[in-house]
Amino acid sequence: MKLDFQHTQAAHCENGVTTSLLRHHGVNQITEPLAFGIGSGLFFVYIPFMKINNGPAIAFRTQPGLIFKRTCKALNIPVERKKFRSAAEAEKVLMDCLRAGQPVGCQVGVYYLTYFPKEYRFHFNAHNLIVYGREEDQYLISDPVMEMATSLSSYELERVRFAKGAFAPRGQLYYPKEKRSVTNEQMKMAVRSGIKRNIRDMLHIPGNIAGIRGIRYTAKKIRGWRDKLGPQKAGSYLAQLVRMQEEIGTGGGGFRFIYGAFLQEAHAYQPLDELLEISRLFTQAGDVWRSAAVQAAGIYKGRIGTQADFNTMSEFLLVAAEIEKRAFVALSKIKWPS
Amino acid sequence: MIGQRLTVNKKCILMKKEEIPQDPGALSKITKEVCYAVDESGQYSTSLSDGWEVKASALDVAWKDVEQRIKSAKQRVANKEASPLLYFMELHVMDIAIVSAYTGIWKWQVKKHLRYAVFEKLSASRLQKYADLFEVSVSDLKNMTTNET
Repeated sequence: MKLDFQHTQAAHCENGVTTSLLRHHGVNQITEPLAFGIGSGLFFVYIPFMKINNGPAIAFRTQPGLIFKRTCKALNIPVERKKFRSAAEAEKVLMDCLRAGQPVGCQVGVYYLTYFPKEYRFHFNAHNLIVYGREEDQYLISDPVMEMATSLSSYELERVRFAKGAFAPRGQLYYPKEKRSVTNEQMKMAVRSGIKRNIRDMLHIPGNIAGIRGIRYTAKKIRGWRDKLGPQKAGSYLAQLVRMQEEIGTGGGGFRFIYGAFLQEAHAYQPLDELLEISRLFTQAGDVWRSAAVQAAGIYKGRIGTQADFNTMSEFLLVAAEIEKRAFVALSKIKWPS
Repeated sequence: MIGQRLTVNKKCILMKKEEIPQDPGALSKITKEVCYAVDESGQYSTSLSDGWEVKASALDVAWKDVEQRIKSAKQRVANKEASPLLYFMELHVMDIAIVSAYTGIWKWQVKKHLRYAVFEKLSASRLQKYADLFEVSVSDLKNMTTNET
């Protein structure tokens, strides 16, 4: 059984799943940047006292699952989302969906994801893919970060659906419940509400670890890493920062380029020239993040490593924070036509 | 203020379409990845990238750290400071919480089993649970033999 489903590659897995499923359900306007922006995907957070793979817990995007949820909600599309205790039940529901002609989004862990290169297989449990059919024992898989569609045996799929650890997927599957077309008026409102929520997340979350203040906080921490952790561990921490920022799924520059693309596409629905200007600021911010990554690479490869080099690294983050603050303040000043 | 700060940014690599890095890395054997970049007119679109040396080396650093931890675990088991469980845990990039979640053994117990003397006395059923998780036989678990190294 193979559903009529179009595999499309995306930069980021959750954006990709959201886009493909919504397109399948008749939302022809949706693209990856629009899904990301409407779902208010851009974020920054540095959680102190928490470690991921023995390194700092840093994220450049919003919490897993929210992009799909928010985008569907903004477009008034009802969503089904289920978690399971038993693997048998999880597989049965998946098969029921496929029989009903419904491609299904699944949250999975990547450690046992066989088609991924070994180098990418950490215990990361918030990867997303679409199951769109089954032929004998092989499930047909559309993984948004892959160029081509692929497949997993039923055992392999069960294993990744029931990966354990932080963000354990517990067999989680999700899909839009019905086919609906979306009007351009709805898109217009969704774009606006997505931007507004992103302004809140980046500028107004209390405390100093999230949003623009989170970037500044991280900059301050980086200054101290060399003395506190020693050069080698400080290098590993910076490498972790770069991986979170540039690895598959980010579209480069810690999602800042995707957001820039979103504002350009948003302009088609909300023809305000400010959006195009602010888009350029996000391109600039993304470029600063990438320059920061080059600086960090110098440190973790051992080419440079004095305190002055760490200070420069920190300075890059402060510049990025400054630009992003300007961008979000500018977004918050937009007069939306009613 | 922003103007001054931006002066640190001389080496800035603008994300223009023709400047998307194409450095083959671990992923490029399997797939190219989507990047967002602007063209001459400032319009965003997607392009495919083979990878970027900067992030490939970040991934290298992460795996070198893992290797380092495996090596040190091996040494500690040889010195009887830790049990083979520590070695397998590091080999599979896991931590106590992950081992506990997969085996259903309490975290505080897993922690105890990391001690050499405690591990020596574990029941066959306990050992089997760990052996299943790491996909080795019980005797391989005890002797720390793997087909991966």
